[in-house]
Amino acid sequence: MPDISANTAGIRSPNPFWLASAPPTNSGPQIMRAFDAGWGGAVWKTLGQPIQNVSSRFGAIPWGGRNGVGFNNIELITDRPLESNFREMAEVKKRYPKHAVIASLMVETREEWKEIIKRSEDAGADGLELNFGCPHGMCERGMGSAVGQEPTVNARITSWAKEFATVPVLVKLTPNVSDILPHGLAAQAGGADGVSLINTIKSIIGVDLDTMVPRPLVNGRSTNGGYCGVAVRPIALHMAAALARDPRFNLPISGIGGVANWQHAVEFLLLGSSSVQVCTEVMLRGYRIVEDMIEGLEGYMRKHQIETLDGLVGRAVPAYTEWGELDLNYETVAKIDANKCIGCQLCVTACHDGAHQCIHPNPDGSLRVPIVDESECVGCNLCQIVCPVEGCITMEPVDNGYAPATWNLHLTEDAALRPKKGSH
Amino acid sequence: MRPLPPDRSELSFTDGKPPLSPLQAATEANRCLYCSDAPCIKACPTGINIPEFIRKIATGNLEGSARTIFDSNILGQSCARVCPVEVLCVGDCVYNALGVPPIQIGKLQRFATDAALARGPLPYAAGPDSGRSVGLVGGGPASLACAHRLRRFGHRVTIYEARAQLGGLNVTGIAPYKLPSADGLAEAEAVLAIGGIDVVTGVSVPTDLSWATLLDRHDALFIGVGLGPDSRLGLEGEGLRGVMGAVAFIEQMKLGQVNLRGVQTAAVVGGGNTAMDAVRELRGLGVPDVVLVYRGDEAGMSGYRHEWEGARKLGVRAAFRRQPVAFEVAEGAVTGLRLAPLGPDKRPLGVDPELLPAQLVLLAIGQGTLGHLVEGLDGVQTARGRVVADAAGRTGNPRVFVGGDCKNGGKEVVNAVAEGRDAAVAIDELLRRAGAEVA
Repeated sequence: MPDISANTAGIRSPNPFWLASAPPTNSGPQIMRAFDAGWGGAVWKTLGQPIQNVSSRFGAIPWGGRNGVGFNNIELITDRPLESNFREMAEVKKRYPKHAVIASLMVETREEWKEIIKRSEDAGADGLELNFGCPHGMCERGMGSAVGQEPTVNARITSWAKEFATVPVLVKLTPNVSDILPHGLAAQAGGADGVSLINTIKSIIGVDLDTMVPRPLVNGRSTNGGYCGVAVRPIALHMAAALARDPRFNLPISGIGGVANWQHAVEFLLLGSSSVQVCTEVMLRGYRIVEDMIEGLEGYMRKHQIETLDGLVGRAVPAYTEWGELDLNYETVAKIDANKCIGCQLCVTACHDGAHQCIHPNPDGSLRVPIVDESECVGCNLCQIVCPVEGCITMEPVDNGYAPATWNLHLTEDAALRPKKGSH
Repeated sequence: MRPLPPDRSELSFTDGKPPLSPLQAATEANRCLYCSDAPCIKACPTGINIPEFIRKIATGNLEGSARTIFDSNILGQSCARVCPVEVLCVGDCVYNALGVPPIQIGKLQRFATDAALARGPLPYAAGPDSGRSVGLVGGGPASLACAHRLRRFGHRVTIYEARAQLGGLNVTGIAPYKLPSADGLAEAEAVLAIGGIDVVTGVSVPTDLSWATLLDRHDALFIGVGLGPDSRLGLEGEGLRGVMGAVAFIEQMKLGQVNLRGVQTAAVVGGGNTAMDAVRELRGLGVPDVVLVYRGDEAGMSGYRHEWEGARKLGVRAAFRRQPVAFEVAEGAVTGLRLAPLGPDKRPLGVDPELLPAQLVLLAIGQGTLGHLVEGLDGVQTARGRVVADAAGRTGNPRVFVGGDCKNGGKEVVNAVAEGRDAAVAIDELLRRAGAEVA
């Protein structure tokens, strides 16, 4: 059995699956139920000066008949008294000593940081997560993403936290920046032990077409919220990987953003995160999803004969490179397996309207298996994406006789490039 | 049109395929792959753009969805319920090849069209008046489809119907668990709502009104008279109480009441879809024992397999390879049917006939044709009782067109709609050409 115990910046947990700081971690009883379900860690709903929330708070994007491919919220940090939160945190740690409890924190002044860090550690927190990411409400008060977007402020407050903390400090970064790197480096400069990313993305989830008011509706008005859910995962994967692959950045990463199942979690691990945090899928389907995540991760590690998480974390990072380092002479063409094709011809339409007009209806009108004009196929794989049948369309490499050559090599060493296809 | 009586026998039936809820419809619509040049479209005689109307259900554009349907098939509401989708669109859904349940196209079409008709008038206006007029003989699906398309082209239309109401078999002949007569009638009225369609009921052509008169009144004629009465076996006693044509029986059940008191066993003779409907209907009306009598084997029946499966689930028995040779009679009523066993070649085996006691015998061995009605119409030919015409319904008389069962010999409602619609296009071409020549 593979060992899936995790360690992110010294915060240890029985598995790499943590609940992100959010409504599922609003209280001790919730977190204890989550631990019973199998979650390895929980980042407590952000603690600070308790706020007043609005109704309603959430919006979701449906797709394919199910709600929530994208999700957003305008909820703020905890609205519960700090005393209650810390009392429950101590209770959780007493009953679940091996699980990771991380206190997410958001306050303003140095004195406030000092006090809330002390109270968190007194309650038994295994680590702290500085919420420099919340993109709605709190940032209007000079906190959350207002801090995360200013590297100097980020580094300064991080250094305060490090000054007062004895447990590991993670900085939670906002994706609402043009380049994540300076912000990760700022946290590193401030002395952080690790980072977690991404927080939610500034967004308007939609507009209610009946009332002509953006969603979620708050008595005839709305505001921008934080976007999350599976739709944001590509953005999150990129930002986490952008830090993981940069040689100047050396901190552990807790990956967040659009993780709904074990495959998604493995993607974050492969791109350099040593733990993953989940919120939206739990809000939509419950704590129970973790059972499948644990089994799926273990099965994946068994399949690839990986004993511990260390053998997994970052394995895909070296393959993530610049466009200029990609082999321009590598050539593929689409092949359609006539035995698997069901004749929907979605590939024909996709290729004709969205690609290079090289997949055609079968000239034999009695057959519905399309034909690929390989002399025109550029290997874009749009057909494979629209095909509803697993394994029916494959992208097959073509031996064109050219040695591998990247754009960078072409510029520097005049490497020969194969003739272009589909560009007439 | 005469309203339907409120106490019809058909009202004891419930919906065989209940409508989808909005959630069911959205879930099903979202499963559709939105195929390109989709096989389901090709399988539809009216060529409805099925993936498009389904996509519009998924996006919440119900009005547009219905319009996509009605653009091809103005009787899309009844077709949604009466079409044998298992052998048409649904049968050709690409999901079948994957072993995934095919899209429930009929139910989705019903969802969109029911909503459209509940909302109000269909979204069509008559075209600018062409000054031309067309007479339509028969008021069934073919004529309704033809009339509606002709009005969109701006031609004036008069429908001559022998019965008291329009709708044809959609009102008198569809199994009530598929489409009650009131719904068929409401749909006919929705078609008429385009305006400018004069309806003359209770008039038979050519007995009450001659072809010459009609040709005098109108620039062109469309014939959509359907089929004639049920065929008979030609046995003695066929006129007695307890023997009926299946189509006549179904019409009586749809428009009025049938009396089944004392009927313990009913026999239905035939293996086509009228027979399939009749056996299911008799069971639904409470006849304890229903027997299908067919000359050939189970596999040789022309009725749809899914219909026969449905009948068998209701407990219908079958007597295959049996030929009725005589009625048993007592006190002026039928009490049974003598059945001669046949070999695989449907020839008599020469053994003694068996007795099937039955208090009701329905004959579903086909319907007569009405080709003889067009005798005396210059240039119009018939063959095997059908009016001969090209694909667009053009007969040998340039001013006379035809569509529906009297042309195709008896197919589905959706075929009649397609033929009526296409004939309207051909009529429009004729009238425009003639108009240009006059000018």
